[in-house]
Amino acid sequence: MALVKTMTADEAVAGIESGMTVGIGGWGSRRKPMTLLKALLRTDVDDLTVVSYGGPDVGILCAAGRVRRVVFAFVSLDSIPLEPHFRAARESGAIEVEEYDEGMFLLGLQAAAWNVPFLPTRVGLGSDLFRVNPRLKTVISPYRARSGGEEELVAMPALPLDVSLLHLNRADERGNAQFLGPDLYMDDLFASAAEKTFLSCEEVVPTAELTPFHTLRISRLQVDGVVEAPGGAGFTSCQPDYERDEDAQKAYAVTSRDPEAWTAWLDEWRNS
Amino acid sequence: MSEPSEITRAEVCCVAVAECFRGDGEILANPIGTIPMIGGRLARATFEPELVMTDGYAMLAAGINAVGTEGDPDLVAEGWNPYRTMFDVVWGGKRHVMMGATQVDRYGNQNIAALGDPAKPKVQLLGFRGAPGNTVCNPTSYFVPNHSPKVFVGQVDLVTGVGWGRGCLEIRRVVSNLGVFDFDTDDHRMRLRSVHPGGTVEEVQEATGFELVIDDTLDESRLPTDEELALIRDVLDPQGLREAEVRP
Repeated sequence: MALVKTMTADEAVAGIESGMTVGIGGWGSRRKPMTLLKALLRTDVDDLTVVSYGGPDVGILCAAGRVRRVVFAFVSLDSIPLEPHFRAARESGAIEVEEYDEGMFLLGLQAAAWNVPFLPTRVGLGSDLFRVNPRLKTVISPYRARSGGEEELVAMPALPLDVSLLHLNRADERGNAQFLGPDLYMDDLFASAAEKTFLSCEEVVPTAELTPFHTLRISRLQVDGVVEAPGGAGFTSCQPDYERDEDAQKAYAVTSRDPEAWTAWLDEWRNS
Repeated sequence: MSEPSEITRAEVCCVAVAECFRGDGEILANPIGTIPMIGGRLARATFEPELVMTDGYAMLAAGINAVGTEGDPDLVAEGWNPYRTMFDVVWGGKRHVMMGATQVDRYGNQNIAALGDPAKPKVQLLGFRGAPGNTVCNPTSYFVPNHSPKVFVGQVDLVTGVGWGRGCLEIRRVVSNLGVFDFDTDDHRMRLRSVHPGGTVEEVQEATGFELVIDDTLDESRLPTDEELALIRDVLDPQGLREAEVRP
């Protein structure tokens, strides 16, 4: 692979095709790859399966009619607890869903990254995840439990991704990327679970400036394209570079009540 | 010094939440919501100093921070606890979480995912979040700021948090704006543990969509001490955010 992977946002999403499974990094309304999503919404790709710790990324893609299925544990704008566009899509029956606990979700990405079909966990036992998600199965442990008996565990299926889209604070042109905020979320797992990963960043810098090295949590081993995109998390937060733009988020959220306002918002936003 | 008559229902709730963490020792106390966070921090600042707590985000805060200062970079950290690490703590069991509940039933089953038919919900809520994992791996309590028969229901529409009889580790207590509830009964049915001062048993039962267990241990929820009141008002919530969560 090329040592220089810098490209435009439009080039980064050019390989995404209708019907693909797309993982989106960040968490809720935090560090979402909004510049890359704008580029995706300038294409005519639809019928996507979206895998995300969901925020406005999920709401926008649903409202724009690009989604067949959402794989999620929650969808929230944080300061606006219920994502109004996702809510509208669910309540109208416009999308299919595959629901998990947010920790199981981590295991699904990890299983895909490790190339195993599932990972065992106690999480989900006794819950109605089994009622709403027929894909979910259990396994009997081949080992004797400490108590001496048989143990049934949830087999969290791998969540392999065709593409993952991420936004980090800084990266070099080879695709090594650094987070400088309080939480990496599961961005590294999204990268490892995906066939291809494209990341945007606030700033592309020389490798020597990506210090200290333990903040370098995304390796070029996993990265196919780097897009320099200052403000690339849009109105979601990207600490320490910027906080969430609450006014802009509200302006997005209120368009769920008015189809014309939504169309106008989407057209302006994706071309901005 | 404040007179007892000036004590608000929200402040009684803060103390009732704090009491949920009594005896927990050196575990991660993870109360979610304004009054839960005030209450958890109150417990740590007074009778339960060994508790480990976050700043509300990814920091294990060494000191006691006011609600509304989550993520403040000037806070002193005693650890880094990003979401990935939080799952390690949950699955290891050294944690007591207090979550919200859109619906909760008599055995402590909780719903925060959706109302109505899950295939096409009448109301899409948050999703399962971490409720399935929380409830089977570590002790869980709930806080309900708006006690009504729509919240305390005979049967939840979806079981997100697993209650007694379905494999929970321990559903310890429910604190609402009307009272405190536990499951210390023969069959783990919900028991009214205490009624907040100014309320009545009848009022609590009327606001509950199933029959509560009421026995001779029933008491009145205690008032904050002078020290607790000063901590709540001056240190933990000087902005008075608690009063917006539970109104007088």
